[in-house]
Amino acid sequence: MKFQRIKAIAKKEFLHVFRDPRSLGLGIAIPMLLLFLFGYALTLDVDKVPLIVWDQSNTYASRDLVSRFSGSRYFLLKRYTDNYRDIERAIDRREALIALVIPADFDRRLVAGEKVPVQAILDGSDSNTATIALGYAENAALSYSRDVMLKQSRRQGVNTAFGLLDVRPRIWFNADMISRNYIFPGLIAVIMMVIAALLTSLTVAREWETGTMEQLISTPLKGPELIIGKLIPYFTIGIIDLVLAMLVGQFAFSVPLHGSLILLVGMSLIFLTGTLSLGILISVVTKNQRLASQLALVSTMLPAFLLSGFIFPIDNMPLVIRGVTHLIVARYFVTILRGIYLKDVGLDVLGGEALFLILFTIVVLALAIGKFRKKII
Amino acid sequence: MFERLKCMLIKEIIQALRDPRMRFILFVIPVFQTVIFGYAVNTDVRHVKTAVYDLDNSAESRELTARFVRSGYFDVTEHISNEQRVRELIDRGEVKAVLRMNLGMGALLRSGRPASLQIILDGTDSNTAGIVLNYASRIAGRYNDLLLMKQQGKNGVQPFRLGRVDLESRAWFNDNLESSNYYVPAVIANIVLIITMLLSSMAVVREKEIGTMEQIIATPITKAEFILGKTIPFVIIGFIDVAMITAVAYFWFEVPLRGSLILLFAATALFLMSTLGFGLFISTISHTQQQAMMSAFFFVFPAMLLSGFAFPIENMPETVQLLTFLNPLRYYLIIIRGIFLKGVGVDILWPEMLGLFLIGAVILSFAVQRFKKTVA
Repeated sequence: MKFQRIKAIAKKEFLHVFRDPRSLGLGIAIPMLLLFLFGYALTLDVDKVPLIVWDQSNTYASRDLVSRFSGSRYFLLKRYTDNYRDIERAIDRREALIALVIPADFDRRLVAGEKVPVQAILDGSDSNTATIALGYAENAALSYSRDVMLKQSRRQGVNTAFGLLDVRPRIWFNADMISRNYIFPGLIAVIMMVIAALLTSLTVAREWETGTMEQLISTPLKGPELIIGKLIPYFTIGIIDLVLAMLVGQFAFSVPLHGSLILLVGMSLIFLTGTLSLGILISVVTKNQRLASQLALVSTMLPAFLLSGFIFPIDNMPLVIRGVTHLIVARYFVTILRGIYLKDVGLDVLGGEALFLILFTIVVLALAIGKFRKKII
Repeated sequence: MFERLKCMLIKEIIQALRDPRMRFILFVIPVFQTVIFGYAVNTDVRHVKTAVYDLDNSAESRELTARFVRSGYFDVTEHISNEQRVRELIDRGEVKAVLRMNLGMGALLRSGRPASLQIILDGTDSNTAGIVLNYASRIAGRYNDLLLMKQQGKNGVQPFRLGRVDLESRAWFNDNLESSNYYVPAVIANIVLIITMLLSSMAVVREKEIGTMEQIIATPITKAEFILGKTIPFVIIGFIDVAMITAVAYFWFEVPLRGSLILLFAATALFLMSTLGFGLFISTISHTQQQAMMSAFFFVFPAMLLSGFAFPIENMPETVQLLTFLNPLRYYLIIIRGIFLKGVGVDILWPEMLGLFLIGAVILSFAVQRFKKTVA
């Protein structure tokens, strides 16, 4: 391996990149635009769940119960209704996600000291939102019940204070439960995964397709030199992307960086090398731009999105699929970024992930170099 | 006219399918992905790994722990006895929640004074943390009911009954609130979007880059025939993929398909119209396949994240919500979820179908117009 030849290839590749300003612009502008858009738009918070109410009782007590819902920020009282057909239609049209049906004898039975059933009908098709909405609803009902019980027992002359259990949550790492703090680090990992693989996935294939590879083959250039030379310019773009991404997180969205910056940078560089090499590997193996692009997107976008733990917790997956996620390099980077950003943990906790990341990078780079043949078949 | 179109179709189909690796990517990988992703897309919060830090060790604290376990939402993986271990477990992500019961909790409750139950949550995943917190307060709430009954029984001159509300919840369309039913149909849409967008965005630019476009220009083929010839094979591929993946969702994952299959395919046709339209449009404005691919990604990725697939549209800022109206995937997801889970028909879904049709028609005509310029 000669440094000079690597330099020559890197220079050629740099020129290539600079003379296609559109691709260069896309390579830098796309990740930034996406980060801004998603950082701004994406949230998992569920509030203002649209609610409709069928209050058959229409008494002071039932209106009080309804106000427990409509008064909280979690529910948005759309309107009242008076039949099931209407509830059905409202849920079908997604006008309401939850409907409360309060029975006609609500007040009477409550006063009589009975357990009064109130129906909550949910649109279960969106199970995540439904689960959260149901949680809010049950808590609203429980706190209402407790007030009723306290009032009634006072009226009965029992005046002692009741000893009640009070849940005191302490939320670590993300005290205000801002979902953006959770999403943003993962977003960096997912976007960089795809961008890096896309950047390099066509470079070698293009040389084969347009025939310029023959010229390269006729030079004393060796395989590893070509691969490394080709990596360098895209590595530079990748670093620019990552630095910009971190700046956006820090200044535009004030995502707190609790951990070590040095560790963050070090891990990012390894991740970048690994994913860029993956792109090159795809390019070397396919030698065809159409195929390479399909393969690059298919092997990075959905897997990075769905199997990295970005949104869907890996713990929930069956054992086999959890095994598969170990092949998705974004998985390690998502964990590492979240650990550094939110938890301020170091290598003692993230050591396993870091090791896998390094291993992946070495294997993929070695494969890319090994698979490259300086021969025209 | 039909003769020329037929020739064009044959050429395109041969070109798309000749490479066995391409056939693999187009027909095997989607099924494979559906199977893997179908298992992965699951946001159910059950069996939360929990550690119990019981400093009180009273009948009450043990009763509470048992109630957490019985609820099915919490899996107690460890009983810990020092503060440091709490930090360790949560740092490593080995547990998501720690229940901490301070010394004297049981005694306080027994003597009728308020006590607190501390729950320490890993807030990194704010969504899960919120749900877990809700479960915890629900369990504590039920326990409080019991305490109230007991205490008023003890204090009251004579036992009497207290009225309370019992929330009977019924989740329509998805009784057990299984999240995979919600996500699997959406995975179909995502996969089809990616495949058809990519294919069509490469379609025209490839001819330009390799130089075969000049040969095509020299033939008597018309613009419409050319565009049709480029799109129809991808429509066919798209339909085959949808059919295969739907079969996987239905037979393998047992996602209920309550609505009409015909409607599903009709909506798919409209959806393909818009994805292929966007793809062709990208193809006509790009000069190299690299540019086309980058542009396609730049369309597909936001389309996926701003579709309501994983992030609810209702919670996005107003401006972004307006933006999602331009997103064909948004409409298709509503339709496909509506058909699968709710079994609704055209009477409910027509606005979404109309939206898809309009987007498709506009973007396709744009693509045709742009194409004229590139040939000239």
